[in-house]
Amino acid sequence: MTDLTRKTADELAQSLASKDVSSVEVTQALVDRIDSVDGSIHAFLHVDAEGALATAADIDARRARGEQLSYLAGVPIAVKDVLATRGMPTTCGSKILDGWIPPYDATVTAHLKAAGLPILGKTNMDEFAMGSSTEHSAYGPTHNPWDTTRIPGGSGGGSAAAVAAFEAPLAIGTDTGGSIRQPGALTGTVGVKPTYGGVSRYGLVAMASSLDQAGPVTRTVLDAALLHELIAGHDPMDSTSIPDAVPAVVAAARRADVKGLRVGIVRELSGEGFQPGVQARFDEAVEQLASAGAEVVEVSIPSISYALGAYYLVMPSEASSNLAKFDAMRYGVRVPPAGVDDPSAEQVMASSRDAGFGDEVKRRIILGTYALSSGYYDAYYGSAQKVRTILARDFDAAFADVDVLVSPTSPTTAYPLGDKLDDPLAMYLGDIATIPANLVGIPGLSLPVGLADEDGLPVGLQFLAPQKADDRLYNAAAALEQLLEQKWGGTLLSRAPELKATR
Amino acid sequence: MTTETLVPFDEAISRYDPVMGLEIHIELNTATKMFCGCPTEFGAEPNTQVCAVCLALPGALPVVNGKAVESAIRMGLALNCEIAEWCRFARKNYFYPDMPKNFQTSQYDEPIAFDGYVDVTLPEDGADGETFRIEIERAHMEEDTGKALHVGGSTGRIHGADFSLVDYNRAGIPLIEIVTRTIEVPPEKAPAVARAYVSYVRDLIGGLGVSDVRMDQGSLRADVNLSLKPKGSDVLGTRSETKNVNSFRSVERAVRFEISRHAGILDAGGTVVQETRHFQEDSGTTLSGREKSDADDYRYFPEPDLAPVSPSRDWVEELRATLPEPPAVRRARLQADWGFSDLDMRDTIGAGALDLIVATVEAGTTPQAAKKWWLGEMARRANETGRDLDALGITPTQVAEIQGLIDAKRINDKLARSVFDGVIAGEGTPEQVVVSRKLEVVSDDGALGAAVDRAIEGDPDAAAKIRSGNLGVAGALIGAVMKEMRGQADAGRVRELILEKLS
Repeated sequence: MTDLTRKTADELAQSLASKDVSSVEVTQALVDRIDSVDGSIHAFLHVDAEGALATAADIDARRARGEQLSYLAGVPIAVKDVLATRGMPTTCGSKILDGWIPPYDATVTAHLKAAGLPILGKTNMDEFAMGSSTEHSAYGPTHNPWDTTRIPGGSGGGSAAAVAAFEAPLAIGTDTGGSIRQPGALTGTVGVKPTYGGVSRYGLVAMASSLDQAGPVTRTVLDAALLHELIAGHDPMDSTSIPDAVPAVVAAARRADVKGLRVGIVRELSGEGFQPGVQARFDEAVEQLASAGAEVVEVSIPSISYALGAYYLVMPSEASSNLAKFDAMRYGVRVPPAGVDDPSAEQVMASSRDAGFGDEVKRRIILGTYALSSGYYDAYYGSAQKVRTILARDFDAAFADVDVLVSPTSPTTAYPLGDKLDDPLAMYLGDIATIPANLVGIPGLSLPVGLADEDGLPVGLQFLAPQKADDRLYNAAAALEQLLEQKWGGTLLSRAPELKATR
Repeated sequence: MTTETLVPFDEAISRYDPVMGLEIHIELNTATKMFCGCPTEFGAEPNTQVCAVCLALPGALPVVNGKAVESAIRMGLALNCEIAEWCRFARKNYFYPDMPKNFQTSQYDEPIAFDGYVDVTLPEDGADGETFRIEIERAHMEEDTGKALHVGGSTGRIHGADFSLVDYNRAGIPLIEIVTRTIEVPPEKAPAVARAYVSYVRDLIGGLGVSDVRMDQGSLRADVNLSLKPKGSDVLGTRSETKNVNSFRSVERAVRFEISRHAGILDAGGTVVQETRHFQEDSGTTLSGREKSDADDYRYFPEPDLAPVSPSRDWVEELRATLPEPPAVRRARLQADWGFSDLDMRDTIGAGALDLIVATVEAGTTPQAAKKWWLGEMARRANETGRDLDALGITPTQVAEIQGLIDAKRINDKLARSVFDGVIAGEGTPEQVVVSRKLEVVSDDGALGAAVDRAIEGDPDAAAKIRSGNLGVAGALIGAVMKEMRGQADAGRVRELILEKLS
């Protein structure tokens, strides 16, 4: 019997449609896999085997009755623990939400349920998505399936590791500064941040409202496109949601043709700070595109040097305000101050937030509170918004000459756990290539392009496209994926070390 | 607490000029809240009109209520304001348990309406009295907070309370805040101008039908900002902000009191503290509330969860066309329709009875009768209880019903007062009160005839005089009959019976 956990979502969808396999069989295989290997990965914070199997059984029954079902119906999925799931814990990787059970579904969750995808559980993440390594989870880190002594990237390390470890064919991630794409690069998986407003943020617990975006985490470009099409679309519950039709991403992924495609290499995202093995795989991948008929040029986006600074003002500013609601008054963990009789509401709020938030969250709340303070607003938040405007103008100019932009997704491969935990600035620098897309609202996709020579760890290449042109990412990435897999004679993940069962 | 010396009003304004600013908060009567679909009905069970959005559950997002924007624009137009072509909401950040998000979604430097004015006259100056132009700085949209109820303690305020309860039904109710520029009028007129302004705005907004504008229910709330400057000086003093001003009369009293209080502090060489003060209805004084200073930092920034509001010019003009006639025009029309003298009209407006009389007349009463009740009996009761006419607990429809009972000769004017008592005491409809209090006049000629016979018997002198044609003494016999009937007789019918029997 073939290993169902190794199949892509597209393969599973076909097998389910032809009734070669049942959703219960697929779901059970994945539940068993999670049970077997997640002890060493810790991709999941919560596993809902019972709920997933119930959904699977329901889909099997409906299929048996001949009902018209969604293409991905019955294909199991993992959801990052930052999206509200009715009746299932949602902690955002924070102690402050320990035990909170949302009474409602995020719009993304509702789409998954309506389409009949069994939800395997909730995946680990840096607390409130703040971090690039998943080490800032209050529930312990996730380990990289390629080397369990290393980080899987973050904040969505759980979703990426679950997919890379064959614990789920599909996962939902969220990306505020690279939290889908960077873990994709570090785990050898595909991660897509759609155009801002392309996927509803309703029910996504906000870190930075103007930057957050949910998207697919998968093992293939086509799978990402299938999931993208399922979760995207206008939502009247999110007033920043785009009313336009969803770009034809699945068709683009099937087209996979880069002949005549104008590809721009972002000059500022290479060289110093980029690991040689990363740069080498990136350069080879670009050559592959050129050999397949793409016109490759180098472009400059000078304002990119201000992006990281602007990001670390906008993001904490919005986060400081978004996280104010966690005050122990209406939900979440309540910790009264020690040694205070009859504490006031204000004292309870302060002590609960002190006990409930981790260091990185506190660091960003303090940064944001400071940046928004009267007298500093213009210099910090105001200037950062100006940088966004200039950056958007520079990207517009670049896209006048090219169809897509490319860069390494992350300057380095996965680093050892604990390596940058005490050096926040070093960790922030790892997001240099992914942050600009969030600041200007354009879509980005990370594709695995090989293993770095020096450490044998996955390297990701990032495609960027103009707003609402997400389809271009899928066309270009699917073409490159085909070229690379022909060269390798299989998928990159088939070269990952076999995980030992922990139970 | 320091004891403050008050300087009598006349003396205070002989040495200082008051500088006022008025902020009026108006609750819109939209069917749903500002940013979610919850109903807005007043008086529902606590915490029954709430949802994920207005409770600020993690992940929930606001969406602007289009009807509220429409109401805000109509209000802005009625206040002769410019309407912004593009404006945004902003977050006002501060922690308070009655505010679910711990920020209030408001507007900051980009209000929907700005640069307007209204012209008010003082009722006591008559129709041709001096006009005072009150300049409107801005009218902006925001949401109300929840309502805290402090249990225990003697004051109902948080200090000294055993515990507090929060009702979030009010959280998210749409509010419009109307802010004046500084108002400088002849000092002796300042209290009356403040009152006339609030009264004018009440009539104006009430006429638009966008709010219930009930001060007693909090759907119109006025804050009085006041400072003094020594005569001849250009230096503005420190201001106090008086809240909890729940009637027109209180607006006037609050201004008078604050002028006296500030003058007392300044005369003694003291410094006025910038603070929020609470008006005390019973004593006509203000008490210190929260100390406030310019150091209060709300860390305003544009609300990233909401799309900007950009009303088209066509829409604004459409809305302008829906504005009702301006109050001055309406008053002239009503005066002509009703046949009121200038004095009648002045009294009507001064008492805040215009709309009540309109409604009473609409319910079927003559304008004269409506005026008689509202300016007589009701005005007396309002004065005695320190309330506004519309807060007495009796509606125009009920007044019209009572007048109908009089017209049908089932009660008389004197009995009507008892019916008012009963209705205000909550004993039911006028009809029910008449029955339960046994107020119906005796129209049974038999019973009445027996009483008349006894009266004639008891005063043979008067009877003899009437028989001889001296009808002037009939009053004595009528009085005796009415006394026996405990007032529950139709005096006209009694007179007829007496004359019949003695003819």
